[in-house]
Amino acid sequence: MDGLIQLLYSVPVLGLLFQFVGYVIEIVPRIAPIILQNATPIALAALCGVMCERSGVVNIGIEGIMIAAAFVGWYVGVLVQPALGGDPSAFFGVTPALLVALGAALLAGMLISLLHAWLSITVRADQIISGTIINIAAFGLTGYLNTLISTTSPNGAGAFTRFRPPPEIADIPVVGWIAEMLLRQGPIAMSLIVIVIVFQVLLFRSRWGLRTRAVGEHPRAAETVGIDVIWVRYRNVVLAGALAALAGAYLSMEGTNSFQQGMTAGRGFIGLAAMIVGRWTPVGALGAALLFASARALGDSISFARPPGELGTLLGQLPGQFFDALPYLVTIIVLAGLIGRSIPPAADGQPYEREKAAA
Amino acid sequence: MTTERPPSQGRRLVALPATVWAAVALPFISIVLALLVGSIVILASEVIVPGHPFDVTLPVTAYAALFEGAFGGLDPIVNTIRAATPLVLAGLAVGLAFKAGLFNIGAQGQFLLGALGSVTVGVALNQASPFIAIPAALLAGMLAGAAWGFIPGFLKAISGAHEVVTTIMLNYVAVSVIAWAVSGPLDQPGSPSPITAQVGNAALPVIIGRNGHLGVLVALAAVLAVGWLLFRTTRGFEIRTVGANPDAARYAGMQPRLIVVLTMSLAGVLAGLAGATVVLGVTHYMMASFGTTVGFDSIAVALLGRSSPVGIVFAAILFGAMRAGAPLMQIQTGSLIPAELVDVLQATILLFLAAHEVIRHILKLRGVKAGLETTDTIARTYGRESV
Repeated sequence: MDGLIQLLYSVPVLGLLFQFVGYVIEIVPRIAPIILQNATPIALAALCGVMCERSGVVNIGIEGIMIAAAFVGWYVGVLVQPALGGDPSAFFGVTPALLVALGAALLAGMLISLLHAWLSITVRADQIISGTIINIAAFGLTGYLNTLISTTSPNGAGAFTRFRPPPEIADIPVVGWIAEMLLRQGPIAMSLIVIVIVFQVLLFRSRWGLRTRAVGEHPRAAETVGIDVIWVRYRNVVLAGALAALAGAYLSMEGTNSFQQGMTAGRGFIGLAAMIVGRWTPVGALGAALLFASARALGDSISFARPPGELGTLLGQLPGQFFDALPYLVTIIVLAGLIGRSIPPAADGQPYEREKAAA
Repeated sequence: MTTERPPSQGRRLVALPATVWAAVALPFISIVLALLVGSIVILASEVIVPGHPFDVTLPVTAYAALFEGAFGGLDPIVNTIRAATPLVLAGLAVGLAFKAGLFNIGAQGQFLLGALGSVTVGVALNQASPFIAIPAALLAGMLAGAAWGFIPGFLKAISGAHEVVTTIMLNYVAVSVIAWAVSGPLDQPGSPSPITAQVGNAALPVIIGRNGHLGVLVALAAVLAVGWLLFRTTRGFEIRTVGANPDAARYAGMQPRLIVVLTMSLAGVLAGLAGATVVLGVTHYMMASFGTTVGFDSIAVALLGRSSPVGIVFAAILFGAMRAGAPLMQIQTGSLIPAELVDVLQATILLFLAAHEVIRHILKLRGVKAGLETTDTIARTYGRESV
């Protein structure tokens, strides 16, 4: 077997490809938990997009909701920590302050979403412009507040910690690394899987899901059978805000324990790409998010420890910045390659106007 | 629903102020409301940051300093012009794309690549005659920006990948390209941090005041060129038609895909030129952290200027003035109010513009233009197979 692999590796040109595949097969079980961690904010952003767009509202303000929620979560933690106190508990390092902060982050996300809903549903402003303005406003306000309070150099409230599965789990043959990937996580990353499954089932098997899809595909028909289009859209957009907020909270309260200006780094937009590539389904969005997240994890892993052999020599010649850009490049390529076969909800992005009663 | 009455022939003289009012009413009201919201933000900031007496007049102090830093004398005015120059160019890059129904959030990346292209040629020609070095460096900036604009246009034309996502991704890629170029091939040996060499003779000459460079004329020329392209040429008509309705444009025998690629490339030229004027006129070299706010300010400029070349000039002067005045504001408020207040003001102006219907309803305004140009083609082509 080893001899065969060595033979494949030494084939000119193609051998490099085999070496790369071999490297990926070897490395993925090790970096699997990191892949899910990287995927969490992207997937949550994508789920926010799915929930909005399935009901016919385009939301490109996800990035802004994320950064705002990341800031609010972190700063509310700073504010309530002295009052609530308490040491990190054994259960994911949860403290009362962290829970309050998480609640505040979710609330902030839903409020900003409400603004987007109001602008795009009631005011019937251009939804893409409205989302952009939300992004600009969220980045402007968080940047301003961050500079303002950084003079007082506040202490954060810490962060959620990861579960440590017993080492025997990783030793289970074949599926051990998958269990490890799902278990060696903090509470937000772990709940992502649950959210995806519940959302997928609800979207395609429940009354709420049917109504959501009806409103996104043909609002006029939905209204004729008695569905309140405006209400369904409001509810979905506001609820989706909580998902984007969770993505932001992950960044400042689970991935790290601090807030940095612009820390979302385009993840909201990568999430939108994941939504499109995942064909507006929760499971598809998660799959795409995992793909984009592995580009980052693989890039980090290559620049940290170069693979052996010819492949390593070749990759070593690439500048480190190439690996920084890799997730964005992969997003562009996958999006451009798959989009023609991915069809959005028919009424996506179109404001709905109730038919006027005959005068 | 607005009922704009066409100005009647007999009342030309009164009709002109009326049309001006119709065009500027909502932007003006939005700016005033944003300043009000800004003063609430300033007062709230005083509460958030402890350790100083509460000063009710701080908003007045801050705005006065903002104004003084932007218009209080020749140097401040030149600073405003210097800050507005790239905003005009990058604002045109966003505005031109809007006209074709495209949302170019990638002005930031095109700006960075343009700056990189200019600094590369500028450094290579820093001993050459300025008459060769300057045009060559500007051209390099335009070409590099065009390439960065071409990519999303091309991707949209062949696959329908929406520019809102691809241009944002390219902005991040551009940051990596700059970091690589400045720390690698263009790195000036012997400098402690990665920076390029000076552009030398390729630097734009100072034409007004202490440091007002030639770029302002480049920007004005671009305004005229874009205005002429949009409203006096067949291509411009095609761009506007595709923006209004791609299907109608196709039935009329136009090629929307070609127009998309062309418009995005031209937008790249304009944003690239913006980067060129900054690197050749202001910094004269490039560092890895050559991040500016120009790319995102330009979206605000294009929205506030309703994508019209003239409107963009005024919007760029407004936001340029805010950027130029912000440092003085920070100093005059005892470093309490950070310069980022400008971002808050800018965002608030846009929020009020987006909610223009509401303002119109509350203030009972009649016959004024909408706060934002309707660009529903952007949403309509979102995620679709192609244009």
